[in-house]
Amino acid sequence: MTTITRDGAAPGYRHTATLSVATEFRRQLSRRRTQLTLAFLVLLPIIMVLAFQFGPSSDRRNRDNGGFGLVDLATSGAANFTMFGLMVSTGFLLVVVVALFCGDTVASEASWGSLRYLLAVPVPRGRLLGVKLTVALLYSAIGIVILVGTCLLAGTVAFGWEPLRAVIGGEVSATEGALRVLAAAGYVAVMLLPVAGLAFFLSVSTDAPLGAVGGAVFLHIMSNILDAITALGEIRNLLPTRYAYAWIGLLSSPAQTDDMLRGALAALSYTIVFFCLAWWRFLRKDVTS
Amino acid sequence: MSTLAAGSRSRLRDWFRRHPGRVISALVVVLLAAGVTIWYVADGDIEYRTQNRTIDGAPAPGEPARLDTTLYLPETASRANPAPAVLVAHGFGGSKESVADTAGELAGQGYVVLTWSARGFGRSTGLIHLNHPDYEIADARRLVDWLAQHPHVARDAAGDPKVAVTGASYGGALALSLAGRDPRIDAVVPQVTWHDLANAFLPESTGAGPEQGVFKRMWAGLFFTTASGFPLGLGFGSASTAPEALPAASGNPACGRFAPDVCQAYLETGTTGRPGKGTVALLRASSPAGVLERITAPTLLVQGLADSLFPLSEADANARGITNAPVRVAWFSGGHDGQPSAADEDRVKYLSLRWLNHYLRGIGDPPGASFTYSRATGVDVNTYGLATTGFVADRYPGLDGDSRTAVHVRGRPQRVANPPDGTPAAISTLPGLGGFSSVVSGTSLDLPGQHARFLSEPLPERVDVVGAPRLSVRAAAPDGEAVLFVKLYDLDRSGKLTLPNGLVAPVRLTNLPANIADAKPVPVTLPTVVHRFEAGHRLLVVVATSDQAYATPPEPVVHTVALGDSPVTLPRVAAAPLAGPVAVLRWVLAGLVAALGFGIVAAVLFGRWRHRRQDRSVVAEYADVPLVVRGLRKEYADGFVAVSKVDFTVRRGQVVGLLGPNGAGKTTALRTLLGLIQPTAGDALVFGHRLTPGAPVLSRLGALVEGPGFLPHLSGVDNLRLFWRATGRPWADARFEEVLEIAGLGRSVHRKVRTYSHGMKQRLAIAQAMLGMPELLVLDEPTDGLDPPQIAEMRRVLRDYADEQRAVLVSSHLLAEVEQTCSHVVVVHRGELVAAGPVADIVGDSPTVLFDVTDPDRAERALHELGGVASVGRDGAQLVVDLNGTPRAEAVAALVGAGVGVHRVVPRRRLEDAFLSLVSDGTVGSDR
Repeated sequence: MTTITRDGAAPGYRHTATLSVATEFRRQLSRRRTQLTLAFLVLLPIIMVLAFQFGPSSDRRNRDNGGFGLVDLATSGAANFTMFGLMVSTGFLLVVVVALFCGDTVASEASWGSLRYLLAVPVPRGRLLGVKLTVALLYSAIGIVILVGTCLLAGTVAFGWEPLRAVIGGEVSATEGALRVLAAAGYVAVMLLPVAGLAFFLSVSTDAPLGAVGGAVFLHIMSNILDAITALGEIRNLLPTRYAYAWIGLLSSPAQTDDMLRGALAALSYTIVFFCLAWWRFLRKDVTS
Repeated sequence: MSTLAAGSRSRLRDWFRRHPGRVISALVVVLLAAGVTIWYVADGDIEYRTQNRTIDGAPAPGEPARLDTTLYLPETASRANPAPAVLVAHGFGGSKESVADTAGELAGQGYVVLTWSARGFGRSTGLIHLNHPDYEIADARRLVDWLAQHPHVARDAAGDPKVAVTGASYGGALALSLAGRDPRIDAVVPQVTWHDLANAFLPESTGAGPEQGVFKRMWAGLFFTTASGFPLGLGFGSASTAPEALPAASGNPACGRFAPDVCQAYLETGTTGRPGKGTVALLRASSPAGVLERITAPTLLVQGLADSLFPLSEADANARGITNAPVRVAWFSGGHDGQPSAADEDRVKYLSLRWLNHYLRGIGDPPGASFTYSRATGVDVNTYGLATTGFVADRYPGLDGDSRTAVHVRGRPQRVANPPDGTPAAISTLPGLGGFSSVVSGTSLDLPGQHARFLSEPLPERVDVVGAPRLSVRAAAPDGEAVLFVKLYDLDRSGKLTLPNGLVAPVRLTNLPANIADAKPVPVTLPTVVHRFEAGHRLLVVVATSDQAYATPPEPVVHTVALGDSPVTLPRVAAAPLAGPVAVLRWVLAGLVAALGFGIVAAVLFGRWRHRRQDRSVVAEYADVPLVVRGLRKEYADGFVAVSKVDFTVRRGQVVGLLGPNGAGKTTALRTLLGLIQPTAGDALVFGHRLTPGAPVLSRLGALVEGPGFLPHLSGVDNLRLFWRATGRPWADARFEEVLEIAGLGRSVHRKVRTYSHGMKQRLAIAQAMLGMPELLVLDEPTDGLDPPQIAEMRRVLRDYADEQRAVLVSSHLLAEVEQTCSHVVVVHRGELVAAGPVADIVGDSPTVLFDVTDPDRAERALHELGGVASVGRDGAQLVVDLNGTPRAEAVAALVGAGVGVHRVVPRRRLEDAFLSLVSDGTVGSDR
């Protein structure tokens, strides 16, 4: 008989070695869903570049008033193009991407039935959640980095490495502009954390991956709708999506960061609540699927 | 009562002890909620009530006016504790209603507030005299008299109330004029108002004075045509209340409620574009300009950047004029042309309130004389309005800044045409929206042939202009006189033009030579702006002959214009960005991030500590027993009892069958064994270690519960590899080859699991459970989906598996299955243990035999006669007989001998009897 450790574990078993981040990363990477999502984030900027290059020049009368003037400036350089790319994707695309990565991760294991085998390895539940969340957030971050990176690259090729320009507030040099783009991407990432948190919480609460992803997106949209109801007044400042576009302040010179601070504060608060709920729920849950 | 409380307290303590995680989560939620609440409740308001009253205005000759007033009394003000008062005057075209928001806010801060409709406005009677000392100003002094008598208003002396006066535009000028004429005023906060009304309507940027001014006809039209209903009131907040319709006044319909002299002046100037006789004097009388040095009350001058009606230079003149009182100047992004940014609105409110608090109540440090202003730096995402950045300088530098940058702007002399009757005209200022629209979308327009352009080189570095740029122009005109409009554009690299705040400098040049070569440079002060010229941008000076907002000479003439040799000077101010209240947020955010990081580290450490601390003691007597289940009970949250009490043991070398119909609680029991669900009572020991969720001893247990669970997009072998990788154990321990052999999937093991049949998945799942050859194998319905040869193979595998000191627990609802595979059996039904023991004991042949005969009665007798037969039961035409050792052949022979036909003889087994009766009962609930 082989030697058995004091806690009764099989030889070679250490709970801290189970389901490493690398393993989970590989598990997720093998999924078509992950590959397609990341591929689309590469494709989107290229499609946008082509649209701007070959599409009919923008009609001044049909200008998008909701675009903070970014549409008109999108072709003025890589930094502006990336800001435009961020603007069109923050509202929905990135929300869906993040909700997908974070909402699907545990629920899909539950629906495949592989969750119970992981728990029987045993991967301690807290560790399972920690690794799952780390990898889901990692993929979300990779998605944003890919989008921004491709935008910068495609924008540089198509429109050049030009200063970042704004409708009001002048312009900043290309290098600083690129830094601001990265800051904006970072802020967007922070603002997506509540979506991640909510999706993850739903993910540990249900066996239906679509339910978790859809639920998070649905509540995000609800928050957006409430935000649009001006009659709600000050209450809207409590909504997680209230300051979703505050990174537009980075177009100003000097950069306007007040609303970004408020937004980041709100986002982190919501995120902490959702993550706590997810752990609280999963550590007590009877896994019956 | 106290015992009860003590009891509940100790229960609470117990609960806390049992659920430390819940306590932490609850605390986090409570703290967050508290933080958010404090955030929004911090600026709590004092309740107040309002009283409407009509007060007699000044007894002006032949024109007594009755003023419609509202008094706001905060509940903190009383006879015993009188409060200082604030007069809030409304803007032109407004009434006391349009300042109700501001008044309410001030009352909420504890001030007694008096608002009134000025004579000629709202429900007040009388005619409009444009803040004339004998009319509107005298009215306001009557109101101060009235406040002095009010018991709730604090007094400096008898008849001298503690009172401040504030107002915007028309109200702002009243505030200044009142302070200049009534020494009882203790503080003044005039906003967006004029210094000299003549200068405001007849501006001239070379300093020639209003007599030579260019008539600002569009604004004058709006200002005087009250019927347009354009709200000019600009309170602390948004004065969105629409002005009330003015009652029709008797007399000249062209004059409305204006006093005849005011009306006459407007009609004259409007017709000719030049001020009539006495007009300048009339407008000056309505201006604070003449009384500024008599002001002794500390004055906070707030003026707007987006203001083509009363530009910043008006406030500058006021600031220079007030020499006998503390003065502070603040510029903000609002004005008559546009709404301020939210940040500026907050800043103006804060500055105003601080001013009043200090000078009326002595609260707070002296506000000082620092100068704050803001620059439009972007778009406010949430309001789609302007976003600004605030700046602060130590003192107010005036319009020339504290340093200047000179930029040479060049161009050859150009001929420009004055259009007949000033039409079509260039567009720069659009009253009411000039500021924002020109910044955002460039509505400014210059007409070809009517303007000259002068361009600078690209700026080597960015210039932040704060103040009034200066330049000089030269012009030649055939008739010796020219009205020109000088504008300073920001030209970016892509050719986009920005006219800062949409402001232009109108000039009327006289005594001009006919030839440009003879023209002398004339200095021009451009409008005061706050604007950033980026490096690489150019300055573009445009000199135009027409402007829609101004009255220009009607004769079509061609002038020649050029710039003087002196450069354009751009004033700058050394200022630091304002740290707003968000500086606190920065710390809060940093704290939150730190707390988050700390929390994660703490949670990980706490988790590991708890993991280590967990009871890992071994129950010695079971240390070598693969599985002992003791008194297991699982009651779900909805009250459904899946397992009520189950005890059994699995020893090395045994293949134990867990037998029961669907819903008997088999799966629930197995789930408990894997730590997937927590038992309500009882426990399970694996090699003496208690099973809890995540217990390390689970690593010695392989399982297939409730069907296979694979990643469908991966091949079978990849699934197994990834699974083993997830265990973190050495590769060599997995024994892949053996396990794959058992799975028997052949080449299919490289296909995606998605394409597998149910049986293939099942075999792969069994293989996965066997990875690492665990000492205890738990299989839930392993033969589900397998075909008969595979089932037979599986039985062999399981029996072999248990041979080497290992044990297998197999659940099944099929008796035959268990009978053929297992060495031992545990029977459960409705969550309870029915039987347990070796299969041979339980499933083996029983002494009873079933006879299917032609004549049961005769057969019964014959068997009785046989002797030794213990009991006989009857089941229709079938007899159940306990042969009690008598060979079956003998019994058959006896029956045949008795003439009974025997159709069938079936040996019966004990378990079958029990089990079939159990199954026929039906099942309870579902197999959850």
